[in-house]
Amino acid sequence: MNIFLDQFFFGYYPYIAMTIFIVGSALRYDRDQYTWKADSSQLLRKKGMLWGSNLFHVGIILLFFGHFVGLLTPEWIYHPFMSAATKQIMAMIAGGIFGTMCLVGMLILLNRRLFDKRISKTSKFSDTFILLYLFAQLLLGLLTIPYSAQHLDGSSMVALANWAQHITTFRMGAADFIIAEAWVFKLHLVLGMTLFVIFPFTRLVHIWSVPLQYLTRTNYQIVRRR
Amino acid sequence: MSHLLDRVTFFTKSKPEDFSDGHGKLVHENRDWERAYRNRWGHDKVVRSTHGVNCTGSCSWKIYVKNGLVTWETQQTNYPRTRPDLPDHEPRGCQRGATYSWYLYSATRLKYPLIRSRLLKIWRDAKKQNVDPVDAWKSIMDDKAKTKEYKQVRGLGGMVRADWDEVNEIIVAANIYTAKIYGPDRVVGFSPIPAMSMVSYAAGSRYLSLIGGTCLSFYDWYCDLPPASPQTWGEQTDVPESADWYNSSYIMAWGSNVPQTRTPDAHFFTESRYNGTKTIAITPDFSEVAKLSDEWMSPTQGTDAALAMTMGHVILKEYHVTNKSEYFTNYIKQYTDMPFLVMLEEKQGVLAAGRTLRASDIDGALGEKDNTEWKPLLIDGKTNKIVVPTGTVGSRWDGSGKWNIEHKNAMNGVDIDPETTLKDDNDEIVSVGFPYFNNKAHDQEIFTNTDHDSVLMRSVPIKKVKLADGRQVKVATVFDLMMANYSVDQGLGGDNVASSFDDDVPYTPAWCEKVTGVPKEQSIRIAREFSENADKTQGKSMVILGAAVNHWYHMDMIYRGIINMLMMCGCVGKSGGGWSHYVGQEKLRPQTGWLPLAFGLDWHRPPRQMNGTSFFYNHSSQWRYEKLEVDDILSPLADKKQWENYAMIDCNVRSEKMGWLPSAPQFEENPLEITKQAEKAGMDVKDYIVKQLKSKELKFSCEDPDNPKNFPHNMFIWRSNLLGSSGKGHEYLLKHLLGAQNAVLGNETDKKPSEVKWREGAEGKVDLFVTLDFRMSTTCLYSDIVLPSATWYEKNDLNTSDMHPFIHPLSKAVDPAWESRSDWEIYKGLAKKFSALCPGHLGKEKDVVALPILHDTPAEMAQAIDVKAWFDDECEAIPGKTMPNFIEVERNYPDTYKKFTSLGPLMSKMGNGGKGISWNTEDEVALLGGLNKIVREEGVSKGLPKIETDIDATEVILSLAPETNGQVAVKAWKALGKITGRDHTHLAKPKEDEKIRFRDVQAQPRKIISSPTWSGLEDEHVSYNAGYTNVHEYIPWRTLTGRQQFYQDHKWMVDFGENLCTYKPPINTKTVAPIINENNDGRSQVVLNWITPHQKWGIHSTYSDNLLMLTLNRGGPVVWISEIDAKKIGVADNDWIELYNVNGTIAARAVVSQRVPEGMSLMYHAQEKITTTPVAEKSGFRGGIHNSVTRTITKPTHMIGGYAQLSYGFNYYGTVGSNRDEFVVVRKMNKVDWKDEPAKGVNS
Repeated sequence: MNIFLDQFFFGYYPYIAMTIFIVGSALRYDRDQYTWKADSSQLLRKKGMLWGSNLFHVGIILLFFGHFVGLLTPEWIYHPFMSAATKQIMAMIAGGIFGTMCLVGMLILLNRRLFDKRISKTSKFSDTFILLYLFAQLLLGLLTIPYSAQHLDGSSMVALANWAQHITTFRMGAADFIIAEAWVFKLHLVLGMTLFVIFPFTRLVHIWSVPLQYLTRTNYQIVRRR
Repeated sequence: MSHLLDRVTFFTKSKPEDFSDGHGKLVHENRDWERAYRNRWGHDKVVRSTHGVNCTGSCSWKIYVKNGLVTWETQQTNYPRTRPDLPDHEPRGCQRGATYSWYLYSATRLKYPLIRSRLLKIWRDAKKQNVDPVDAWKSIMDDKAKTKEYKQVRGLGGMVRADWDEVNEIIVAANIYTAKIYGPDRVVGFSPIPAMSMVSYAAGSRYLSLIGGTCLSFYDWYCDLPPASPQTWGEQTDVPESADWYNSSYIMAWGSNVPQTRTPDAHFFTESRYNGTKTIAITPDFSEVAKLSDEWMSPTQGTDAALAMTMGHVILKEYHVTNKSEYFTNYIKQYTDMPFLVMLEEKQGVLAAGRTLRASDIDGALGEKDNTEWKPLLIDGKTNKIVVPTGTVGSRWDGSGKWNIEHKNAMNGVDIDPETTLKDDNDEIVSVGFPYFNNKAHDQEIFTNTDHDSVLMRSVPIKKVKLADGRQVKVATVFDLMMANYSVDQGLGGDNVASSFDDDVPYTPAWCEKVTGVPKEQSIRIAREFSENADKTQGKSMVILGAAVNHWYHMDMIYRGIINMLMMCGCVGKSGGGWSHYVGQEKLRPQTGWLPLAFGLDWHRPPRQMNGTSFFYNHSSQWRYEKLEVDDILSPLADKKQWENYAMIDCNVRSEKMGWLPSAPQFEENPLEITKQAEKAGMDVKDYIVKQLKSKELKFSCEDPDNPKNFPHNMFIWRSNLLGSSGKGHEYLLKHLLGAQNAVLGNETDKKPSEVKWREGAEGKVDLFVTLDFRMSTTCLYSDIVLPSATWYEKNDLNTSDMHPFIHPLSKAVDPAWESRSDWEIYKGLAKKFSALCPGHLGKEKDVVALPILHDTPAEMAQAIDVKAWFDDECEAIPGKTMPNFIEVERNYPDTYKKFTSLGPLMSKMGNGGKGISWNTEDEVALLGGLNKIVREEGVSKGLPKIETDIDATEVILSLAPETNGQVAVKAWKALGKITGRDHTHLAKPKEDEKIRFRDVQAQPRKIISSPTWSGLEDEHVSYNAGYTNVHEYIPWRTLTGRQQFYQDHKWMVDFGENLCTYKPPINTKTVAPIINENNDGRSQVVLNWITPHQKWGIHSTYSDNLLMLTLNRGGPVVWISEIDAKKIGVADNDWIELYNVNGTIAARAVVSQRVPEGMSLMYHAQEKITTTPVAEKSGFRGGIHNSVTRTITKPTHMIGGYAQLSYGFNYYGTVGSNRDEFVVVRKMNKVDWKDEPAKGVNS
């Protein structure tokens, strides 16, 4: 049974999740343009936004890129510069710092979301749920640090990276890398993949619309052809 | 097609193009999202409607409808243009109107019929015991415990949703029971200002009039009626349209806050300044108009008459004596009563002005035959003889057909040249006494008195005239009396006249400075500018005035003082000049078309109408608390003995019994029974009533108002917020009319009246209080049944104003929301129910209506020489002459519905008319038969034009009125011409074929057609201005002399010292002294004058509970006080303060402002007590409204009747509900208690 679950969650579920993530986002974008937004509560109350929102966003963006780079960089690229062990320590330190930033921000945001009447009364279920979900995922992520500290040789990290790289490059047997890992990693992974599943149905879709083009735009006036 | 795929344009995308050196970029992206913004402001249709609110705006609005809901409104911009060199009317509309659509779907919207749950339970129980609803109502009325149970919780919530059929049944059962047991006149309705929504008003008044119920007047009750207007002109109110301000070259805004309260019209005021007009603001506070005008004069509040008298003094001195203006002299000679002769009589040992000399006084009556007692005389300068001029009230009704003011001798038609002064040609110069009232210290120190004598003797030139009875009397002209009265020295010398403006004599600028605080240099300069401008422009000086100066007890002195200035300067009836009194939307332009519809004159005549002020004063027992005594205001020249036993209520009762004022409920007996008794006695009803009254077997209801027989048992309130706004003596209304919780703190008077039976004060007189409204107002809160009415965007109706000459529609943009219905449908439903339920209780009944002596009828010539009371055996009791007339009216009650929905036969049989003229209107009835179709059903209405829908009703009004039907206008002018002997039809001929119909005014505003109902013209060349046709067409004013009256010679006027205008300081209402030292808890307090002007964020109570308006102000009740007074009681801005006197209590927040002078508190009136109002500490009851600290005090001179222009007319003359002489104690609140927990045990 465990083998089946491991195979399912780490062999097939990633593809299911990615499919829902992409198709779901596309459909939502097409069907429900008016819901394609961040649903910010800043209009309702500014208090707590400066620290809460910024710490949370900076933390989580850096965590995302940390995971992205950490998991998907093939070993042969970083090997000339550092050992897996060094990389693991870097990941633990960086993850710890960003994770803590994100945690502090999230606590502030959670406090607003749950205990500020004006905000809690106007929150949809998904708004509160997604925040609590991310909170749980963050705690799990932080909880992996002590587990990682038990074996600083970088083996777990390499296993996880192999898994991720096998999944993203459509290679068989990806699940096998994970089977031996600690439960906390597994849970973190499943929750992480599920995040992609629920992504299209929450305010998270605003991530798709990060206005990166603002950074390069030089024109003052934008006009549209009739 | 797809938002996502549309973005996938890698292969097809054209590159963005830069322009303007890269500053701009042209992109090629999908623009579908823009539709969202277009839809946001998109709509399915736009409908023209307006706001039926008493603001005088009557603005045309575009109402936007989307998905069957009203979304918003914007100003309409397609008014007809004016003419070159005159600004256009638009844009018209203000911030308040722009928020109206909020109401339609707000929480305060009434959605279903509501009923007091206790009453409903009692009713359902009663219905179980009684099959017949009327019997069921009787069973409730017979059980005092039951009635008390629901009456005592009025105002405390407890309303539940009800069913239309059930509430209609209850209401009608109560009406039938009341009519059957007590008389139909005990079913009373109050609805104001028909011009706001004529059909909605008419719906209720038609129902009431058909069943014989009583309609109450409102204009007088609101104290918007300026009694000075009927006194001076015999005209209720007629004023220039706002466009005429532009034609003026000198405007005084006197107590009228034009930009704030006449917002849509204020642009003409501003634009006139581009035209070179000088504008003066006269207000005690630094109001918006003070800020807007070129100069601000600031007299102490309530002393305006002193300032007006002083400016009059300057004008008379400089333009009628030293530097005589030819224009002014000719004007006063022809258009005013200045040349008329007044007899001097011995009063209290001195010679004083009395009544005018009449043809009947002279032997042979100067050849006159008819109405000689009603033909005042003057001296013809050409022949130096006393003559009867044309145009007097006597010749109006003598059938001579020569009633005009052409300067002719009535007897032979020879031209005359009236002599205004006897200065150069007299028999003697005599010393005449004039009363002076401002020599007693006022209770409140903001009012300053002087120490001049009570009677001031001044020199007046006279002629001696031998009367028919052999007596020789001294007579003087009104002009010479006026000069003496104003302390102007014509060169005759003597005491108490001024030789310079610095003299300490009443009405000099130096005296004025002491009394009003206005520097003498300023009053002299402004008076000079005003009159110089009028002289040079032939009358283009104007005064815009309003409620601020009309709400004082002695408002007629203030108004006459101002009107006198205008008449002295020849401004009345002149384009760009005159008296511009704007208080409410009283101008019902198509009035003569509306009257038959509204009062069922097509079926029964006359209707029952009652003057509101006397009704409420009497029936809400405010007279029981009267502190003002007749003696307090009587002239020092009056014979005090004649008045010594009279309280104010006695004067009113005497007036009613003499037929001066109306009386309703009328008699202690049911009028339906009186006719039966008369029949039994074999007598004519009229004779029977006279006999019964004389033997005192029959009593007037007003003589015993606390007897249950005389209660107004059922009341309807619609289009009104009586209890949240206009009801003076709010707490007394709650206590005595409703029997509800109230904050009356004072005691009843010790001085018992002599004409009224004193019993224990009744409470809860009204058995059923029904209100129709679209929002949950304070009045609804106190009602037993609340009927949800359609809003102004959900019904068809008509609306007019005195500010512009257009007729606007209210249109049904959407159907009435939820279960609401238009007023027309509601009353039609009641009429239907009434017809269904009355058989077995009311069938074909004979009713008898007591009709007061009416203005504009020959009856207005009642008692010419003296006041005689039949009940004191001083004269014969003659109905319609010395007492009311009694007219039998047959009502077949089961026909009520059929009558309601068709235009009755009296229109064809008796014609139509108004203001003393009448015409045949058969053609219009035939037209309506075509327009509205004819009733085919068998019965009383068969063959008559239908009035089924509200649009049918509008067509009745528009077709019958001369203002909207050119053919009727020509007929009306022709009818007037028959009386004046002049041809006036040229005024309407160019528009003879014009007919304005409902769909026409929905398409675009239409200007009305000139009609003799009004004294102004609406044509291509002049803006509407009152008195214009009097001056230019020589149509007499409808007064005693036919001219504008400076002089009021009725005995009561003389006794109260108001025969000539004088300054009377505000009265002492005695409401603060008994209570001021009651609370010695060490809190500091101040006593402030109570001023209740118009709002910036509401119109009366409408909009004052509107979230958008509340957001703009402070979200609840506020009272403005000065920084000085605030400091005295330690109040900072926005603190909670409490205000009280013996009349009641108020809790509100303080607005501490430099705008307000010391000694004044200013509460924008009609802030709903249902909006953020805590409990007042003093009473423990919810805060109160602005009228919680007022009480009506009536004035005897307003009760005069049967005397030419001083005769009764509905909303034309009568007592008025003044309120500005009031003072309140103000202190900071210790504790703000909201008492917002549910009442325990009350709604068990």
